[in-house]
Amino acid sequence: MTIHTQMPPRVLKVPRAINWNRLQDDKDLEIWNRLTVNFWLPEKVPLSNDIQSWAALREDEQQLTIRVFTGLTLLDTIQNAIGAPALMADALTPHEEAVLTNIAFMEAVHARSYSSVFSTLCRTADVDDAFRWSEENEHLQAKSRLILNEYGAASSPLKKKIASVFLESFLFYSGFYLPMHWSSRARLTNTADLIRLIIRDEAVHGYYIGYKFQRMAETLSEAGREEIKAFAFSLMFDLYEIEARYTESLYDGVGLTEDVKHFLHYNANKALMNLGYEALFPDSVCQVNPAIMAALSPNADENHDFFSGSGSSYVIGKAVATEDEDWDF
Amino acid sequence: MGSLIYFSSASGNTHRFIEKLGQPASRIPRNRSAEPPAPSTPFVLVLPTFSDGAGRGAVPGQVIRFLGDARVRSLLKGVIASGNRNFGSLFAHAGDVVSRKCGVPLLYRFELAGTDTDLVRVQHGMTEFWKRQS
Repeated sequence: MTIHTQMPPRVLKVPRAINWNRLQDDKDLEIWNRLTVNFWLPEKVPLSNDIQSWAALREDEQQLTIRVFTGLTLLDTIQNAIGAPALMADALTPHEEAVLTNIAFMEAVHARSYSSVFSTLCRTADVDDAFRWSEENEHLQAKSRLILNEYGAASSPLKKKIASVFLESFLFYSGFYLPMHWSSRARLTNTADLIRLIIRDEAVHGYYIGYKFQRMAETLSEAGREEIKAFAFSLMFDLYEIEARYTESLYDGVGLTEDVKHFLHYNANKALMNLGYEALFPDSVCQVNPAIMAALSPNADENHDFFSGSGSSYVIGKAVATEDEDWDF
Repeated sequence: MGSLIYFSSASGNTHRFIEKLGQPASRIPRNRSAEPPAPSTPFVLVLPTFSDGAGRGAVPGQVIRFLGDARVRSLLKGVIASGNRNFGSLFAHAGDVVSRKCGVPLLYRFELAGTDTDLVRVQHGMTEFWKRQS
């Protein structure tokens, strides 16, 4: 005999139609515009131009690359299917909810992109091996578990946002390091172009969710704010411990672990800044290899600025007379 | 010695940088109907970047309005811009735009709310800069 337990019917409330001409928070429209203008698909990147470059990598370098990308795929999958939808339930404005649907979809595009890299460059059997590896890798599973604990129903809206910012602004970077490293050596440069599009999106996501966190945290009492800050730093410590182990397990073999850790510290600080907090790691351990910084923002340092010390050749630009009427950016 | 005038959006990164810097500074209001500062002495502008993937819209509207006044522009001596290196070659792009438009040097760029190294460089750099200006 089958016993059917009758669940009480859940009545869905009719939402109010979203009116983008009545905003409660200007940031929602600003970020919506930013994200929609930045929309892209992996098909726009000519990945097949990397086939020769891929073939020139050693077998262990290929395996490392596939594993790193599988790890990134897992994080994007979590963010697409669980993270962004979990944040939607806490949205304070209908516009925030709409922005989160964009974020969720772009995470699916990111996850899809790694499979485009795989199908263009790699042997199916090697990719299947890496997906199996990702299911069994203790560090990858442990960091996913920590994030998912906060996305669960028992968590609070603020803790979910912290976990989300840490995933998007910190956890991805042990992976992003590798394509930037290859790019700095003129390897897999088209793949790096694709990763840079993902990196750009993640910056907007981390910034926006961090901003929403700050707005919500402002409404807490002093004690409540202290408590949530302590939680954020403690979660960062826990995630960092796992990231350090994950980094060693991946990069020890190619001798890059110390370099990657500087990159992790630098990005952990940026994740905390997105939440409105001060840096955790001192600058002395955030000395990212200049080749990696240059790969991250190509051409950004062509125009030396005045205070950085590198600008001895700097010549003050000649002022061009500006008419009031053409003062238009 | 001149002063600092800055813009910071609701995320507050630039505001936190200015607070840590500990130098006198006035803020261009976020509220578009509020009056912007009316400088009477030379100043350096500190602003964040909001450009899209093609570099459009880098300079916040409130700053454009502030610099729309030719008298204000004549007192602008340099620009410091913030941003995020994740935006690649468009990192701190607002600084490039203002520097080019107004013919003033781009003095420094930093990420988000800045690091301790950024603070030291800007504190030292500003002191030297005003010395040279006088």
